[in-house]
Amino acid sequence: MVDLIAYVVLLPLFGFLFNGLLGARIRSEKVVGMVGSGVVGLSFLLAGLIFFHMLALPVEERPQVVHMFRWISAGTLETQVAFLVDQLSILMVLIVTGVGFIIHVYSIGYMRGDPGYWRFFSYMNLFIVAMLVLVLADNFLLFFVGWEGVGLCSYLLIGFWYDKRFEKATTSDAANKAFIVNRVGDFGFLVAMLLIYVTFGSLNFGSVFARANALSVGETSLILITLLLLIGATGKSAQIPLFVWLPDAMAGPTPVSALIHAATMVTAGVYMIARCSILFALAPATMGIVAVVGALTAVFAASIGLVQNGIKKILAYSTISQLGYMFLAMGVGAFTAGMFHLLTHAFFKALLFLGAGAVIHAMQEEEDIQRMGGLKQHLPTTYKTFVVAALAIAGIPPLSGFFSKDEILWNAFNQGSWFLWLMGALGAVLTAFYMFRLVVLTFEGSPRYDPAKVHPHEAPKTMTVPLIVLAVLSVIGGFFGIPYSLGGGNLLGQWLEPTFAGASEIMRLPTPEVHAIEYVLMFFSVALAAVGIYGAWKVYLKRKELLPRLVSQYQRVYDLLWNKYYVDEIYDVSIVVPTFKVSEKLLWRGLDVLVIDGAVNGIARVISIVSMVSRRVQVGVAQTYAIVFVFGIVMILAWLIL
Amino acid sequence: MIPLNYYLALSALLFTIGVVGVLTRRNVIIVFMCIELMLNSVNLSLIGFSAFRGDATGQILVFFVMVVAAAEAAVGLAIIIAVFRNKQTVNIDEINILKW
Amino acid sequence: MEWLNEHILTLVLAAPLLGALFATVIPSDRVNGLKVFGIGASTVTFLVSVYLFVEFDGSQAEFQFVEKVRWIDGLNVSYHVGVDGISLLLVMITTFLTPLSLLASWDSIKHRIKEFVVFMLFLEFGMLGVYISIDTFLFYVFWEAMLIPMYFIIGIWGGHERIYAAIKFFIYTMFGSLLMLVAIIWLGYFASTQPEGHFTTNLPELLAIAPKIPATVQMWMFLAFALSFAIKVPMFPFHTWLPDAHVQAPTAGSVLLAGVLLKMGTYGFIRFCLPLFPIATFEFLPYVATLAVVGIIYGALVSLVQTDLKKLVAYSSVSHLGFVVLGIFALTEESLQGSLIQMVSHGLSTGALFLIVGMVYDRRHTREISEFGGLSRKMPVFATLFMIVMLSSLGLPGLNGFVGEFLILLGSFKSQFLGTSAYAVAASVGVILTAVYLLWMYRRVMFGPLTRPENEALKDLNTREIVVLLPIVVFIVWIGLYPSTFLDKTSKSVEQIVLRMERARVGALSRGERDAQQSFTTSSTNPTKVDLVD
Repeated sequence: MVDLIAYVVLLPLFGFLFNGLLGARIRSEKVVGMVGSGVVGLSFLLAGLIFFHMLALPVEERPQVVHMFRWISAGTLETQVAFLVDQLSILMVLIVTGVGFIIHVYSIGYMRGDPGYWRFFSYMNLFIVAMLVLVLADNFLLFFVGWEGVGLCSYLLIGFWYDKRFEKATTSDAANKAFIVNRVGDFGFLVAMLLIYVTFGSLNFGSVFARANALSVGETSLILITLLLLIGATGKSAQIPLFVWLPDAMAGPTPVSALIHAATMVTAGVYMIARCSILFALAPATMGIVAVVGALTAVFAASIGLVQNGIKKILAYSTISQLGYMFLAMGVGAFTAGMFHLLTHAFFKALLFLGAGAVIHAMQEEEDIQRMGGLKQHLPTTYKTFVVAALAIAGIPPLSGFFSKDEILWNAFNQGSWFLWLMGALGAVLTAFYMFRLVVLTFEGSPRYDPAKVHPHEAPKTMTVPLIVLAVLSVIGGFFGIPYSLGGGNLLGQWLEPTFAGASEIMRLPTPEVHAIEYVLMFFSVALAAVGIYGAWKVYLKRKELLPRLVSQYQRVYDLLWNKYYVDEIYDVSIVVPTFKVSEKLLWRGLDVLVIDGAVNGIARVISIVSMVSRRVQVGVAQTYAIVFVFGIVMILAWLIL
Repeated sequence: MIPLNYYLALSALLFTIGVVGVLTRRNVIIVFMCIELMLNSVNLSLIGFSAFRGDATGQILVFFVMVVAAAEAAVGLAIIIAVFRNKQTVNIDEINILKW
Repeated sequence: MEWLNEHILTLVLAAPLLGALFATVIPSDRVNGLKVFGIGASTVTFLVSVYLFVEFDGSQAEFQFVEKVRWIDGLNVSYHVGVDGISLLLVMITTFLTPLSLLASWDSIKHRIKEFVVFMLFLEFGMLGVYISIDTFLFYVFWEAMLIPMYFIIGIWGGHERIYAAIKFFIYTMFGSLLMLVAIIWLGYFASTQPEGHFTTNLPELLAIAPKIPATVQMWMFLAFALSFAIKVPMFPFHTWLPDAHVQAPTAGSVLLAGVLLKMGTYGFIRFCLPLFPIATFEFLPYVATLAVVGIIYGALVSLVQTDLKKLVAYSSVSHLGFVVLGIFALTEESLQGSLIQMVSHGLSTGALFLIVGMVYDRRHTREISEFGGLSRKMPVFATLFMIVMLSSLGLPGLNGFVGEFLILLGSFKSQFLGTSAYAVAASVGVILTAVYLLWMYRRVMFGPLTRPENEALKDLNTREIVVLLPIVVFIVWIGLYPSTFLDKTSKSVEQIVLRMERARVGALSRGERDAQQSFTTSSTNPTKVDLVD
């Protein structure tokens, strides 16, 4: 039964090859779209079958490894292409294929009429393949294949409209940025892999974790390994300091942003930490850093989101911020809570992006929320689902975001510190504020666009149905993990418990208990969210005159946020420009052409100069030769005689 | 009988005249004649030794030298004429293209 | 069948030579006939080598299909050929790339076609000879012989400064190889000074006496060989002939230059430097590895700022070959296997990149990156193939480049010979930079808006061009997904070399213990006291 997992991966691969090789010939968008999304849907069904099969099995029999074939083996290295199907990976498979399928269906409508229709679906299918390889890999090397593979698909899809302008450059520049920043992270992952191999003598998850258990907590090699892994994770999951690529990644088509840059790929870093939970648990120092990185990113990105005007841009910063929450959860050892938030976030963030896509679609490619307004009567379905998602992300009970975020915050307080909780709570206010700023500016109030030119209209069925499905999931998604304190069974926690048992044991985490303080904190976070929503509603809808006053009062802060803390500019000045300058002026034109090649050509020139001088001896006058000749004889004679 | 030294002294004198001529004169013909002079001074010393030692070998060798010299004179003069035709001069300083 | 197996290598070698000879008698005006003949002859060679590959027994470390015919008796020089796991893949890549580069030249070579075909086949003959010779003298003859056709290929069918580039290439390589000749002669002489010894250039015999070579002499011998190989690879800082040669050479020349010729250097390191002079290898290892790492990063950084496509690819070769050298000198099974695979991978991906640049050049007659932009819209098939090749070159997991790179990094990270993992970590930085320059190049050529009106009329690849690239792409994916086909053939020979080196290291160490004051480190500066021969 579990062997079927191969087909879960192979089906999208078939879709990729089918659309990639034949798509251009087929011409029928229907066939391309049907095949493209059909294979993902089938994958989802298969994964569901496997899931229910696993559900029926006793806990200890659930994790299984499915071997495919021998991959790279040399010396003592032996790697297999093998899939590890356990509670964690099947959950991810379900998210990837499930949300993936919904977004594929949405794309059928969204991409209609695009000349690269077939190309889009083949890339999307390839992404699903890579993501599945990532989550199912049973060793680090295969994991890396998926890891880079999703990066590649992200690159291809961000630059999908490769000649379209995007901000100061084109979409393909944004794509390059994404790939390269990710490569920096991959560097960390790569070196971590080398270190893991040297330390544990294997790259197989099973053997590595088994051998890691034998090490003592806080060993230097473990800290190094986990720190390097963290670099990889910050790249893929857009955390400080490698988050800069994600806002630019919005250059891609909106379904891409929803699937890759919100629901699945960017969570790969979180998944990786969850997968390596034992290694991280053994390195408490790294765990602290993970938590701090997460908390800082959560607030940092949310604050930038406060003032941005691009609808997708705000959502991008929101994603970074939410990923920060997941990191925070991982960092305090609340792996289940992190995975729970990953799940709910996949629902409501995908929904937000798809809703934004519907808005952009309706506004004829307009993305600036300052030029929207009053769209709720034109786009009723989109509006309703969008508000549901916004409430969910703001953490209003009983929507999904409330449960997952609250669990993270509680764990941050309980297993971390009050500082982490405070950062999380602060992030929550900001989140509620910018989300409802977005809602208000887009859907409420009066139109700020030119009604003569733009005629907003509701999206077709293929787009609205996915919105509704995701809205339902955003509402009920939280019920998988209702905490004990609210009388729930925390189904998700129970399901994942065996996966993280090892890590929890190492960290000696307290068993879940109901505390009074938990309710207090819960109340606080909900109240904060409500404050945020109310604030946004007040400032942007009811008392608009407040806004200019606020802005001018905090002009400096506003500028700083508007310019995203100048991080891009700082990287440009400190890394990008010097690299190019040094490479060109110093290394190429200086060292290479002048010094090295100069030396080579110089030697050749010296030889020719010496020859040029010495050839002057040949004057061509026979008498001169004769004089030298006679002189020579006289000298020899003289030497013989004397 | 004239002592051998006399022959040798004359031969050396003639040879030196020839060398000096080859080195200093500019006219190719004269240079050429000086070379002949050197050749013949050597012949003279050969004959001198031959007579002094009563051995005919030296005189036979001189005949060979004279035959070769005749041939050489023919070729040499031909070259000089060819050069003159090309360059309209027999001044040795101007015949200097055999270089670099 | 038995006869075939005994003479298969001579057959592989003879096919292009006979082809070249036969091509000389085809009338020059039979243009298409000549092209077809050249492709046919080299394809036959490839097919024969495929048979060789299939018949090759991966479970043996020794030379296989050995043939030995006496040649110069007085010096014990013989026509002695054979393949082992080290040379097998290189023979394959040679026979694989030659027909493809001939096919790629179908339209781009317009004059003196007969001479071109003859030189290409003769070049193939020379390259194959280098890889299958197991006699140092024979190796040297082929090493030099292969320079001549390459010299003419660059000098006759090259770009504007072809003469400069051809002469630079020739003299630079020649300079290195003359020192190698001296070393070869010295080795033969050394053999004759042994008890009951005689002058010989036979590699197995030399290997047998190699441990007796005194340490100081090893240093000099190593340097003589290594300089020649380092120039060929080319290692930083001996690389400046490469950009010139590549830029000026015609496409086919560049492909074979990058795909095959450069590997002769790295092959030479594995075949001669390591086993013949182990003590010198240990001594120079940190320096060579440092140069390799510098080459990796330096090549990548310089590639980043090139404005000429071919130059960019040429400098990227410096970077990629740096990995190979690092892998060789890490002296672990993983890294050596990685180096072998990386040699093949580099041949495929860089060869394909040169083919791709050639295809663009044929259309626009320029290689300036700034002249392009947005070609994807006009040339979708080209864009796809280019993308795959580029990804292979930047080492995307799942394609061929990654397998070699990863094994090299893994091996050099854990190598006891290198002693530190700093080399591997620094080399990993190259992985980032590789992505930067390749993506940046691809972005400027293929993506963005189509700004130049000259590019509007560009035609997508024709069938011939697709046929040229497709086999390469097949192998790019094959090696990436199932490298075992190739790794299995090489593992035993690599194991043997590593074993040999480890034994030599143990020997060197124990000697050092016996005579603590006089380790080989100090002895190199104190030649009078050196005598490590027991």
